[in-house]
Amino acid sequence: MTNDAKATFTSIKNPDARTKKRNAAEKRFRAYGLLAVAVSVVALLFLLSSIWTKGSGAFYQTYLTVSVTMSAEKLDPKGNRDPDEMKKVTTIGYSKLIAQNLIDQLAANGIDTSNVSDKNIAKLLSSESAATLRNQVLADPKLVGQTQIFTFLASGRIDGYFKGRVTMESAALDNNISPAQLVIADEMKNIGILSIKFNWKFLSAPDASELRPEAAGLGVAILGSAYMMLVVLGLALPLGVAASIYLEEFATKNRWTDVIEVNVSNLAAVPSIVFGILGLAIFINIGGLPQSASIVGGLVLTLMTLPTVIISTRASLQAVPPSIRDGALAVGASKMQSVFHHVLPLAMPGIMTGTIIGVARALGETAPLLLIGMVAFVRDFPASPPSGFFDPATALPVQVYQWTQRADPAFTERASGAIIVLLGFLLVLNSVAIFLRSRFERRW
Amino acid sequence: MSLGILILILGFLTLGGFFLGRSRAVSMVDYDARKLHSLPNFYGGMVAIFIALPAFFVFCAWTLLQPVLIEQRVISNIAIVDITEGSNRTLVMADVRRIAEGLDRAMALGGLSEQDLLKFDTTQSDANALLATAGVALGREVQPSVFDAARHYRLMSKSAQLVMFVCVLSVALLGFALAYRRISAQMRARNVVEAVVLWGLVAASMVAILTTVGIIASMLFEAYNFFKMYPILEFFTSPVWNPQFSGGSELGILPLLWGTLYVSFVALVVAVPTGLFAAIYLSEYAGPKLRATAKPAIEILAGIPSIVYGLFALVTIGPMLRDYFAQPLGLGDSSSSIITAGLAMGIMLIPFISSLSDDIINAVPQNLRDGSYALGATQSETIRQVVLPAALPGIVGAVLMGASRAIGETMIVVLGAGASAKLSINPFDAMTTITVKIVSQLTGDTEFNSPETLVAFALGLTLFVFTLLLNIAALAIVRKYREQYE
Repeated sequence: MTNDAKATFTSIKNPDARTKKRNAAEKRFRAYGLLAVAVSVVALLFLLSSIWTKGSGAFYQTYLTVSVTMSAEKLDPKGNRDPDEMKKVTTIGYSKLIAQNLIDQLAANGIDTSNVSDKNIAKLLSSESAATLRNQVLADPKLVGQTQIFTFLASGRIDGYFKGRVTMESAALDNNISPAQLVIADEMKNIGILSIKFNWKFLSAPDASELRPEAAGLGVAILGSAYMMLVVLGLALPLGVAASIYLEEFATKNRWTDVIEVNVSNLAAVPSIVFGILGLAIFINIGGLPQSASIVGGLVLTLMTLPTVIISTRASLQAVPPSIRDGALAVGASKMQSVFHHVLPLAMPGIMTGTIIGVARALGETAPLLLIGMVAFVRDFPASPPSGFFDPATALPVQVYQWTQRADPAFTERASGAIIVLLGFLLVLNSVAIFLRSRFERRW
Repeated sequence: MSLGILILILGFLTLGGFFLGRSRAVSMVDYDARKLHSLPNFYGGMVAIFIALPAFFVFCAWTLLQPVLIEQRVISNIAIVDITEGSNRTLVMADVRRIAEGLDRAMALGGLSEQDLLKFDTTQSDANALLATAGVALGREVQPSVFDAARHYRLMSKSAQLVMFVCVLSVALLGFALAYRRISAQMRARNVVEAVVLWGLVAASMVAILTTVGIIASMLFEAYNFFKMYPILEFFTSPVWNPQFSGGSELGILPLLWGTLYVSFVALVVAVPTGLFAAIYLSEYAGPKLRATAKPAIEILAGIPSIVYGLFALVTIGPMLRDYFAQPLGLGDSSSSIITAGLAMGIMLIPFISSLSDDIINAVPQNLRDGSYALGATQSETIRQVVLPAALPGIVGAVLMGASRAIGETMIVVLGAGASAKLSINPFDAMTTITVKIVSQLTGDTEFNSPETLVAFALGLTLFVFTLLLNIAALAIVRKYREQYE
């Protein structure tokens, strides 16, 4: 034995082959671990940056500033300024009028438009702009005969050109836009007719049809999501808290409460789409509630959120020390009073944190909403509550899904932009939850 | 509208009852609240409960039963001959309801009075035109008996509502009288109120049970209807999924099941090693600084909704895999594929696996590690040969839960995996899953009498059973082996 040790001269400074192998294995193992952490973090960064680069463009939009002379003979041929008569002039008439004004302005600035037809000049503008102008004129017939400066949305392709989505090469192959039009757009930018501005309409306007990606906004979706979150908050919080108080404070441990407990933890793991099937079968088919209404969405999401609220509420109730309950009972409070006057207020920060996290999860949920008919194209804002809960609405994540199903690549940008808005809301909710936890939660 | 008024009246009655009850209790003991058994508010609360609760139950029961009862009586008045071919009683009843609604609207517009309606004769004037003025368009001509039925239905509904008003309010007043008379200094109002509150709490805890019952019942019922139209054996064994809305569809679950399992497998292959190694590194090796930044970063991944991963798969992962792998290797040219969805889902599951494994690794007692170090083992040897074997049941549980999540995930596969049902081994092929088909069969115009729609419920039931079994297995494994250190 001693001879062997002398012969190989092993020491910490001079390790033998086997130790070297073991140390190498140790290093490799550490490297795998570090690699796994790096992969996760890189995946997160890659995900966020890809969404950001694809979606930030949705917050900027190309506008054309055109001074329009609303000539009376075109918009009000009879001259009575009667809105009912003026309705006979369709958006096509308005579109021609705007295009003519734009051509005149371009000519005045020395831009040659001879190689582009008038019709294609009109196509530089979004078809939304003629409709907007028409509505404005019909609402205020005095505008006829005046000259005013209007800011119109540029068409989706022009907008895409300034965001790098459309290039001269792709335009040559595209039926909806030609390189000549893009040249004019470049010149318009030089003289200030065309400008790129922050797109408030993206947050406030309703969805637009397949052909007008430039006008599509998130207004209805944000409102619909807000309605659903109101329903979720109004139902899941009281129901969840009441159920947890019973299970935690009053229920005796028996087979029945065991069943409820297993049930709650199983519900928390049920795939969300199953809740959609439940909503379709129970609330819509049997209950007769309207399809794609925010009340149905809210109810489905409530059932989905309930287990989360119950689990977190029970944890916060458990965290309140028994001495609080004993103290209340000792001065003559009933069991009920000790719970509602002492335990519940102390557990409230934890309950709120859990509820907000549950609501945040519900806000991002899509699959169950697809099943209850929220795939419909909704352009009208729902009325104010309570009747608005029964109006057709859409939700932020569903709007993302709808936009991914449309052909125009401009909608991909819109969908990514909507995701940024959704993640922004989630960030706010989670920050509030973290703030509540750090500021109010007590540790005993 | 009038229902709103009823609720408002009830609300005022309840509030008034509260104050009346409270003041009666206080005045009974000469304004010395100490002589009461309970605090004065409990007496008020008891009266309020006696007013509101029974009235509310009557109200709910009435609104549920009234349409059923009235429809039964109305429908018996419609002659069999008037039920036109291709129609049935339910359809006729829907017409009756719409006509009644149209008549109501016509009256609100002022074009029709109650007397006019009584004199209205369908043989002489056009009922369809009358209803059209109120904005109700009917597909077929209104039969005289159907019109009479609608008239009858309207009157019955009106009078029934009036009777309900009276009933609800009298129940409320009766409750008030009962409770008000019971008030005395010795009366244990607190016990009454608290018993009611306790029943409220019990009822709230029933919601979770009812949800489960609702899920199972609705899916079983519709799946049963489906299996009446489509052989159950073929559903579970046919390798072809080809729904035809004109009939003659083949609805075999096997291709969908294959796609589901394949995607989940890819996701777990990505998520389990990454999540597990990340958890090991962060709990055993990482310094406090790295842990403080990397751990929340991984947890952020868990807070991102699945639609975001779906979009990421659709616009980023899919095209990238197609351009750099699938096309150069000649494996396919579709951007949506099993591996696209699997990768995105894997990223989604990393935080799930890592946070569960983290808890389990931390639960392994330190003295097991110390013992291993004392024998001369290196840190990685300790982890591989002592910590991981001890944590294995928990990790298996975490993987099973991850699998159940992957199987039930919808949006990532809807956007990333494609829609063609086929049995293929190539991960760059577009395949489809159970959840994708549930969405596609149930969105759009759904009629609940074709097997093509009802199949979604059978699929949902299969999915539900699958995930439930996985979760139960995971819980059982974790429970069985958890106690070995305690």
